[in-house]
Amino acid sequence: MHRNKWAGWLLPLLFVALACIPFVAQAMDEPFYVTFFARVLVYALAACALNIVLGFAGLVSFGHALFIGLGCYTVAILADAGIANGWVQLAACIAVCAAVAVLVGAVCLRTSGIGFIMITLAFSQMFYFLMVSLTPFGGDDGLNIYESSDFGLFQLGGSQEVYWAAWALLLLLALFLNRLRHSPFGMVLRATHINPRRVDAFGYSVFRVQLSAYVLSGVITGMAGFLLANLTAFAVPSYISWHVSGELIVMIVIGGIGLVTGPVLGAIVFLVMEELLKGLTTHWMLFMGPAIVAIALLGRNQFAWLKAGISRPGPMKTAAPRRVAGEAR
Amino acid sequence: MNAPSLSCRGLVRYFGGLKATDGVSLDIAPGELHAIIGPNGAGKTTLINLLTGELASHGGSIRIGRDDVTGQPVQRRVELGLLRSYQITSVFDAFTVGENICLAARRRQGVGWAVWKPLTAYEDIMRVARGVMADCRLLEAEHELAANLAYGQRRQLEIAMALAAEPRLLLLDEPMAGMSAAEGAAAIELLQGLKGKYTILLIEHDMNAVFALADRISVLVYGSVVATGTAEEIRNHPQVRQAYLGDDDDA
Repeated sequence: MHRNKWAGWLLPLLFVALACIPFVAQAMDEPFYVTFFARVLVYALAACALNIVLGFAGLVSFGHALFIGLGCYTVAILADAGIANGWVQLAACIAVCAAVAVLVGAVCLRTSGIGFIMITLAFSQMFYFLMVSLTPFGGDDGLNIYESSDFGLFQLGGSQEVYWAAWALLLLLALFLNRLRHSPFGMVLRATHINPRRVDAFGYSVFRVQLSAYVLSGVITGMAGFLLANLTAFAVPSYISWHVSGELIVMIVIGGIGLVTGPVLGAIVFLVMEELLKGLTTHWMLFMGPAIVAIALLGRNQFAWLKAGISRPGPMKTAAPRRVAGEAR
Repeated sequence: MNAPSLSCRGLVRYFGGLKATDGVSLDIAPGELHAIIGPNGAGKTTLINLLTGELASHGGSIRIGRDDVTGQPVQRRVELGLLRSYQITSVFDAFTVGENICLAARRRQGVGWAVWKPLTAYEDIMRVARGVMADCRLLEAEHELAANLAYGQRRQLEIAMALAAEPRLLLLDEPMAGMSAAEGAAAIELLQGLKGKYTILLIEHDMNAVFALADRISVLVYGSVVATGTAEEIRNHPQVRQAYLGDDDDA
């Protein structure tokens, strides 16, 4: 039981720990850590957003890099055109991502299973090759951002600012997702994963609920792209490559599907592991790959106790693991 | 409770070359409990799927009250109050009993952008859910996960979900399948209480239940209705005795 109590504290503890990082980095005089963890938070944000469709609705989108790319290029192209107002950029980013998500989602959700995976991948690759070939926007070399997003009160000029923006957004998203899980929308969304036919038989529109979730997910992923562009002052087609989509899925798998904090933990583990291995050897992928396989195989229920504690803080001790099995497939 | 009538004319459905539903015509009066019996593979569940719209019919028409719903999507029929339960239990295993029932009870309001307040915190929905749980003897199991319920309770939850969705017309597909004798008796009592409140189409293999509950009975054999009548008429119908109850005089 005390384990469950501990689990309830995990989310606040995690965010307090993350809030300490910039100060620790300053004390150690290692500003690189802030940049690195800002990137971790941006990816955590994207992974959490992807988890709305992947974890809650069971829709394996293999093309979420599309939205990271859309967010990045919206900032870059607007900045290139001399519009550095952060609010305008953010509004444009949300509008573009929402519009694309509605169109892409409406097509992709006609399929399911492997078909859905392939068609989402196809859309993101289309955008990738579009940006590679569009020389006015830098083509293969990408587009430099010389003026970072200016929000009036603050400017996303440095790693510190991006770090705090990502931290705040991620905190808001985590709180929101914790509520969403048990709200009518979240429950119906999760029900479509378990038994879409039954959801239909109650008169809910499975398609509409899934599309809403896809759009919500796309917009939030786009915001991660927005932050990434400001962090690196750069928008490049490789942000849209399918590797990125795959990495987001791996982060979710590492952290635990269907769990709100899972993708955050997954992003931290994934990127820290990558960074450490890179420091040790140039053949880091040789070790990273097996490590991920091992985590996926051995820890299929990693953090399961944690998930149980969060999803049902109450007397249902024996029941909780079953819920996990059902959700994690 | 305004229960509408349900009628179909000449319903046809093919599965490849097999005519699973062969010109079925039924007239179920408002508030009637109409039972459908028939041997395995007679097309009973197919008929329900056609009526709910989960399967498209290849011919014939369906009316709910005065509305022609032929070819209309499931959602339109649910709006008119047509709800069903499944022969193969289709509850949401990862949710608690309370959550399952609330999900059904929520169907009138729909989902919209209700993304903040927990589903089970809506007073009006919880009131409906509590009533249904009391009727179906599920109050004690409210916080239990559906996956952890005993078989009989899962069947009760299956019926409870259909009831919580505030139906006017209920299609019950073998609600008592696999229940113990005691659970079956409780289910008969429950259905007895529902009689008259809703128009009910009941598919059931338990003949005692059917003869005790049904106002009228239709017998389905090889996809077509061979007889319709009261319990007494069906019992004595020669074709029915041969096709379904067995033609052995000792039986």
